[in-house]
Amino acid sequence: MRLQSRPRQREAQRKLLMAEKNRLSPGHSTSAFERVQLARHPERPHTLDFIERLFEDFTEIHGDRRYADDPAIVCGFARFHATPALIVGHQKGRDTKQRQFRNFGMPKPEGYRKAIRAMKLAEKFERPIFCFIDTPGAYPGIDAEERGQAEAIAYNLREMAKLVVPVIVTVIGEGGSGGALAIGVGDQVLMLENAIYSVISPEGCAAILWKDSSQAARAAEELRLTAPDLQQEGIVDQVIEEPKGGAQNSHDEAARLLDPVLWERLAESLTNNVPDRLDRRYRKLRQLGKWGTSEATGTP
Amino acid sequence: MPWFRKKKGKIEPVRDEERVVRTENVFVRCEECGEHLYKKELEEALQVCVHCSYHFRLGAYDRLEKLFDDGYCEELDAEVVSTDPLEFVDSKPYVNRIAQAQRATGLPEAVITARGKVGGHRVFGGAMDMNFIGGSMGSAVGEKLTRLIEHAMKERGAVIIFAASGGARMQEGTLSLMQMAKISAALAALEERHLPFISVLTDPTTGGVTASFAMLGDLIIAEPKALVGFAGPRVIEQTIRQKLPKDFQRSEFLLSHGMIDEIVDRREMRPYIIKALDFMMNPAITSESTAQLSGLKFQVSGSHP
Repeated sequence: MRLQSRPRQREAQRKLLMAEKNRLSPGHSTSAFERVQLARHPERPHTLDFIERLFEDFTEIHGDRRYADDPAIVCGFARFHATPALIVGHQKGRDTKQRQFRNFGMPKPEGYRKAIRAMKLAEKFERPIFCFIDTPGAYPGIDAEERGQAEAIAYNLREMAKLVVPVIVTVIGEGGSGGALAIGVGDQVLMLENAIYSVISPEGCAAILWKDSSQAARAAEELRLTAPDLQQEGIVDQVIEEPKGGAQNSHDEAARLLDPVLWERLAESLTNNVPDRLDRRYRKLRQLGKWGTSEATGTP
Repeated sequence: MPWFRKKKGKIEPVRDEERVVRTENVFVRCEECGEHLYKKELEEALQVCVHCSYHFRLGAYDRLEKLFDDGYCEELDAEVVSTDPLEFVDSKPYVNRIAQAQRATGLPEAVITARGKVGGHRVFGGAMDMNFIGGSMGSAVGEKLTRLIEHAMKERGAVIIFAASGGARMQEGTLSLMQMAKISAALAALEERHLPFISVLTDPTTGGVTASFAMLGDLIIAEPKALVGFAGPRVIEQTIRQKLPKDFQRSEFLLSHGMIDEIVDRREMRPYIIKALDFMMNPAITSESTAQLSGLKFQVSGSHP
């Protein structure tokens, strides 16, 4: 597998530096809960909005070949700067009808199974994979449980660790727990500035810990679910700048800021041969977590 | 003259509050059928009610003792314990919660891992404990289980994990979530080496534990009537706004939906596992043969020191 053109690389680097500079500029103190609200903003660009702006010739594929097609996850072939690639992403709707159709971006087991089926196609034909995460979480319903959503998520986690092709993950909105992680194991994990990624929603956390979901703002602070927090913990490799005030203000600008980073990261991942790539992916996951030893506590 | 005569005086009446037979620590009441069970007998029956086969919850050390040959095993990585990476405070600081759980349970962490023999096979066993912060999975649990799998790869043994968990540990935030991916990646490497992983689901197994290693067993078996699912029943009830059927998310439900291999009574568990290991631990498979077979994708150079 080779990149077929690299014309934008230099420009990409320049943009990257700019983005880094802007991010570090003073007066930058959006609270965790403000970011939660931005991540859920109804006008925020969703997966299909980014596909439209970053990729050419998107060809959607459907169904898990077992039970159904899940509209909460979209999969398809496309070209990224002329390089054929697979796209997998959660899709939320914008109006009420669309939202219902997409089940508010909450996948059912068939969604995860469609995703891994598509990813194995990409592996077979040696094409890179781009994953876009934007979901409140797995769908908590009877049918999803009956069809084994825990198994579907677990299977994806194990199989994605083994994919021989580059996997670039971008959290573009909400990264809701297992439903997000099920398409989130990759060589690179990127995150938009106002996206969130959490083990539980702030409301759910507050309901359990304080028996009061109105404490969500406090939970959001405690959970450390923002992009800068997660970069610090080594979960996220790079935080991507958004248009002023949030990505909802300009989809075009949001895509323009993401584009060079995706390109860079893909190029980086392609420089590794397969054993190196898998070894790196394993080591990246392997070092996640902070624990202590019973004699003296500290980070490993 | 009467035939009988009272030699002693009147017997003092016993006051009502004193009229009790002291049975604490002798009898237990079954939570399911309400029968009174002789504690010693219950212990002999591996904490299973002799009347209705209700499976009482079992602690982590008990589990491992009942798994290994002659109850003998060597604990691994006991020094790995939780810290408080986020400085999380809910009703009390998370550090206090950890310390309290350690005091109350006598366990260092929500999972105990050990090395030993089962039916003569080399086995790396792990058991979770619900009494330790709801058996939740944080960084330390993830690290101990990942190391367990890596030990098994190094020494070519089988992995057996008894799951019992409320899910990922909220107090460690997204790091807890990442443990799911970390353990699953280690299982991917184990699979490449053609080494078995047996997952035993016990009451209750939910959330992130179910959606990672618990559902990735080459063999997945469950104790009778164990609650097993991803979303908890209360969350589902709130979402769909109706009561759930009684057997929903129980072992029997999972078996009939094709999600698990078998429901095994705790008293039959060890012989069942040994039969499975006899099948899976094939001496013809060696580290050289698997490397030749598939060309290992994972070198696992990044394992712990």
